[in-house]
Amino acid sequence: MNLLTVSGSPHVHTQQSVKSIMYGVVIALIPAIFVSLYFFGLDAARVIFISVAACLFFEWVIQKYLIKGPVTINDGSALVTGVLLAFNVPSNLPWWILVIGALVSIGIGKMSFGGLGKNPFNPALVGRVFLLISFPVQMTSWPLPKGLFGSGLTDAITGPTTLGVLKEGLDAGKTVQEIMASPDFPGYINDLLGAQGGSLGEISAIALLLGAVYMLSRKIITWHIPTAYIGSAVIFSGILWLVDPTHYIDPALHLLAGGMILGVFYMATDMVSSPMTPRGQIVFGIGAGLLTIMIRVWGAYPEGVSFAILIMNAFTPLINNAFKPKRFGEVVKNG
Amino acid sequence: MKTFKLGGVHPEENKISAGEAIEVLPLPAKVCIPVSQSLGAPSKVVVEKGAIVKTGQVIAKGESFISSNVHSSVSGKVTKIDEVIDTSGYKRQAVYIDVEGDEWEEGIDRSPEIIHDIVPDRDAIIRKINEMGVVGLGGATFPSHVKLMVPDGKKAEYLLINGVECEPYLTSDHRLMLERGEEMVIGVKILMKALGVSKAFIGIEKNKQDAIVHLSVICSKHPGIEVVPLKVKYPQGGEKQLIKAVVNREVPSGKLPIEVGCVVNNVGTALAVYEAVQKNKPLIDRVVTVTGKSVAKPSNLLVRIGAPVSALVDFAGGLPEDAGKVISGGPMMGKALTSLDVPVVKGTSGILIMQGAESKRAAALNCIRCGRCITACPMGLEPVLLAQLSENQLFERAEKDRIMDCIECGSCHYTCPAGRPLLDYLRLGKNKTGILIRNRGKK
Repeated sequence: MNLLTVSGSPHVHTQQSVKSIMYGVVIALIPAIFVSLYFFGLDAARVIFISVAACLFFEWVIQKYLIKGPVTINDGSALVTGVLLAFNVPSNLPWWILVIGALVSIGIGKMSFGGLGKNPFNPALVGRVFLLISFPVQMTSWPLPKGLFGSGLTDAITGPTTLGVLKEGLDAGKTVQEIMASPDFPGYINDLLGAQGGSLGEISAIALLLGAVYMLSRKIITWHIPTAYIGSAVIFSGILWLVDPTHYIDPALHLLAGGMILGVFYMATDMVSSPMTPRGQIVFGIGAGLLTIMIRVWGAYPEGVSFAILIMNAFTPLINNAFKPKRFGEVVKNG
Repeated sequence: MKTFKLGGVHPEENKISAGEAIEVLPLPAKVCIPVSQSLGAPSKVVVEKGAIVKTGQVIAKGESFISSNVHSSVSGKVTKIDEVIDTSGYKRQAVYIDVEGDEWEEGIDRSPEIIHDIVPDRDAIIRKINEMGVVGLGGATFPSHVKLMVPDGKKAEYLLINGVECEPYLTSDHRLMLERGEEMVIGVKILMKALGVSKAFIGIEKNKQDAIVHLSVICSKHPGIEVVPLKVKYPQGGEKQLIKAVVNREVPSGKLPIEVGCVVNNVGTALAVYEAVQKNKPLIDRVVTVTGKSVAKPSNLLVRIGAPVSALVDFAGGLPEDAGKVISGGPMMGKALTSLDVPVVKGTSGILIMQGAESKRAAALNCIRCGRCITACPMGLEPVLLAQLSENQLFERAEKDRIMDCIECGSCHYTCPAGRPLLDYLRLGKNKTGILIRNRGKK
């Protein structure tokens, strides 16, 4: 007879694994990948390919030759980082800038802390913000969508993003209504569908929401962070808009424009760098929502999602300590 | 549908043996009866090597308050009194008996006739339950008479009967409710009389619809006993979770159910109480589920205490070729056995044989801080944090973060996508923290 296995209970295990979660996120990103291919053509494919390949390569090199430990590039986490980094840059970004971004994401954002699970910040956002600060010109010239096979690299026509137009116009002293009436302005429907200038993955809210529904239904993410994030952003921007609609845009535009949907569902919900308790996640979401609107309205950059999430990532350990779960039996009865 | 709210998981139910009627396991040739089969102090052996014993005769006496009598489950000759490794993995003193015939002690009513009238008063009931060695059959084997003696200043309001059977695979309680429902309900009434309560609830998970219907019909004749269908969710049958689900009260941290006016007993215990009080029959047998995906004949067996697990497995078609792990109990809280030579004890609810492939643990990866263990914990603890504190031997901090509230249900480890052995660390931490607390008391 074979020897029996002996171990502590439980003896059964859920089907969900780190790998299935990571690949679940990749599946959720597929609709948005298709939309980016549709609007930016082969440029989008180029950016996604370089970013993913570079992320996988750097993870492999670091694990094999620097750490000399097990190589885990097939766990899907570097793949997710690669796609998200690609989604956060314009489609005409030179390849070497992308490679630098991947090195910063994986090397500094993730492996320097000990790899998956140990990183305090979302790796893709670390790379993105590093590039934004280091290469501001290349990172903010947005090619306009031209269709699947219609683009060359050098003759791309660039145009501003919704938030960029608004920031510039408001700084020049125009009112929101004047800016929105100008022909440059993409408008709500284009924001929703994706026919506008912007980062690869920021452009179509509908495709991103489709993936978000998938992640929620597969229980890869929970509702806490997205709801709190969107809720606080809508309420805060709504108050500003009600006070002065000529200087502050309405909450719907805040939601649809820029990287809000991408950030809320795909990066703020990154489990490694967000709080672990539902209570903490709600606090995290509220904080990120407020910071996003503050940076958009009063900051130097038109877009604030990346900074807001990174700042809240830094608060995550404190939030974990301060917001404990509701304990069973902690209710102290009076009288 | 009623349920507990905080945490919980949904493991595959796999109630393969639910349709199998209870069969009587033929008498084994030898039995080995451990003398400490309940929580509390070990009982003292009162027979000697070479003695001839009858079925139902006392072979070990419980001498302290929290301890329980042990009876011979067969008739025959005591061959030795020695140690045995029981299902819990610890060495215990045990009485070995060679079976000869099946001669019962006088005074035990073995007729199938159901006795409805409850004659003895409160004290007599409790004395009888103590004498007959009845312990909690849900798994924790707490001596039943102790639960019935409500401490001064406390008052029992409700009796809760646990027919939840939330462990996957196990079906012994389910079969008992279907086949012995009438007697079990009389057992419930005896317990109500002993506690002086006028209201009892029988909590049953919704996946046992036939048992819910069957008991509801019986209970319609007994005002004060109500069947409560519960949502299928693990650990619905945890004592504190059951109280929360049925009467919506939370047992405070570190306290017993009586704090909120509740006493919880398992359905099997209720039947044992009926047999002890009405039929004068000691607790010498119990129903054990033998099951598993590769088991040829999944069964529910009425087994004499002390029978070797191997006899049960043989009856169910033998150990399957692909067997990788044999578990005493269910897959969530059961204990893996090192061999099939261990005896069935009062707390053995099932023997689960897992296939080789499903019995191995996956390698543990880095924690990805997803918080699923926190969401799954029915006690509202942070298993990830407590496991870290245990690993780093920070037991005082673990105590502050309520490690002693852990009920060891295994939901955290079950749900962990990184496959971390969270419960292993929590058990270690509970043990060490417990020592810390006890030593503090001594100073």
